[in-house]
Amino acid sequence: MRNFLRFILGLILLGGVIGWIVTAPDPLSAADVPARDGDAENGEQVFFAAGCASCHSAPEAEGEDRLVLAGGRSFPSDFGTFFAPNISPDPEQGIGDWSERDFLNAVMRGVSPQGQHYYPAFPYGTYGRAEVEDIQDLWAFMATLPTDATPSRAHDVGFPFSVRRSLGGWKMLFSQDDWVVTGELAPELERGRYLVEALGHCGECHTPRNPLGGLQRDAWLTGAPHPSGDGRIPDITPAELTWSASDIANYLNDGFTPNFDSAGGEMVEVIANMSQLPASDRAAIAAYLRALP
Amino acid sequence: MKKLIVILAAGATLALPVATAVYSAAHSNPFSAHIAARQGQMNIQSFNIGVLGGMARGNTEYDADAAQTAADNLAALAMMDGRALWPEGSDNAALGDATRALPAIWEDMGAFGAEWQAYGEAVSGMQEAAGGGLEALQAAMGPLGSSCGSCHEDFRQSNN
Repeated sequence: MRNFLRFILGLILLGGVIGWIVTAPDPLSAADVPARDGDAENGEQVFFAAGCASCHSAPEAEGEDRLVLAGGRSFPSDFGTFFAPNISPDPEQGIGDWSERDFLNAVMRGVSPQGQHYYPAFPYGTYGRAEVEDIQDLWAFMATLPTDATPSRAHDVGFPFSVRRSLGGWKMLFSQDDWVVTGELAPELERGRYLVEALGHCGECHTPRNPLGGLQRDAWLTGAPHPSGDGRIPDITPAELTWSASDIANYLNDGFTPNFDSAGGEMVEVIANMSQLPASDRAAIAAYLRALP
Repeated sequence: MKKLIVILAAGATLALPVATAVYSAAHSNPFSAHIAARQGQMNIQSFNIGVLGGMARGNTEYDADAAQTAADNLAALAMMDGRALWPEGSDNAALGDATRALPAIWEDMGAFGAEWQAYGEAVSGMQEAAGGGLEALQAAMGPLGSSCGSCHEDFRQSNN
């Protein structure tokens, strides 16, 4: 009997050790980061393509104020309410004292400079598919933005989701580096895929999630319940979205549907970003969406 | 026992229309005329924006006179004092599917008014640009679209 208890205790310890190992953060190594200076001009395009301001500008910020990344917007979900942090270059309240590698690890690996996992409300799962150079350029651009001294607000998340180490398990289960749409793609479709699946993180809202909050990649962009619990986010595959590629590209630029109704809800922020991109990028996104199965 | 069931069934049958009438009285919409007028205004705006947007997008050929007329129509509509169209209680929390106007409008009338003001300014910009060539019209579409979106973001229920 005593031997049996020892065996069980050993199993529990072993499980704990394995669990601790597999949930460990997985930061980038020095070899993953090219030695080059970021290009702030390209970084500005990455900034709009990645929609940083939509979450990190102050609530209700419009126009130039969207470049002040003071944080504070709230994101209700099944797991609790998340508050976007201050990511302005303020060294005290923002991320001004980070290194470039800290920033790359945050955006692409979901790991904080202190080695903690971030919650996947921050879409590092899809930003992880971006080119490292693009995120270096983004870092160079973000250093040029105004500082703001608003303190970040703590997330309102209950147990067990409050145990950040458990997010290592979540990442292991649901983080995938590979593309959803695979195979040989023409350059425009490849660019569209990069904008939709990596920087634009469209799937974070438009793809349904499983009960643990992992994206259901087999139902890619087919719409999902709104995380606030009110209404639905639409299916944007050709099965439901019957707009032409030029309708889609124009909508992302001027915010009007083909019938000249206007965009509403969260898409208003998305369009504020997309309208800053070159027309060729909006066309690439439209071509990608039209080519979905 | 059988008699009792018959009586209950008859009672239920008689009570049903009464219950239905009481229900619909409680849910009738005292603001249907206001909502129809609001939606009519939006539709006329959308129609005129469609004239401009069709040209901006290259779906129809640019026509300076037609563009100017559409922009002038938008300006005339924007001059209308529409405050009487938005009585308290005519929101989608009170009236359900009859409207997509969110209660947030009446929680912050000042912000709602400011959105209309900003829309008016975007329309003025379009009025100056529309007859001045396709490129000027195209440049004025973005500000117009974002002024529509800015209000709909906070004050209109998403339709999906």
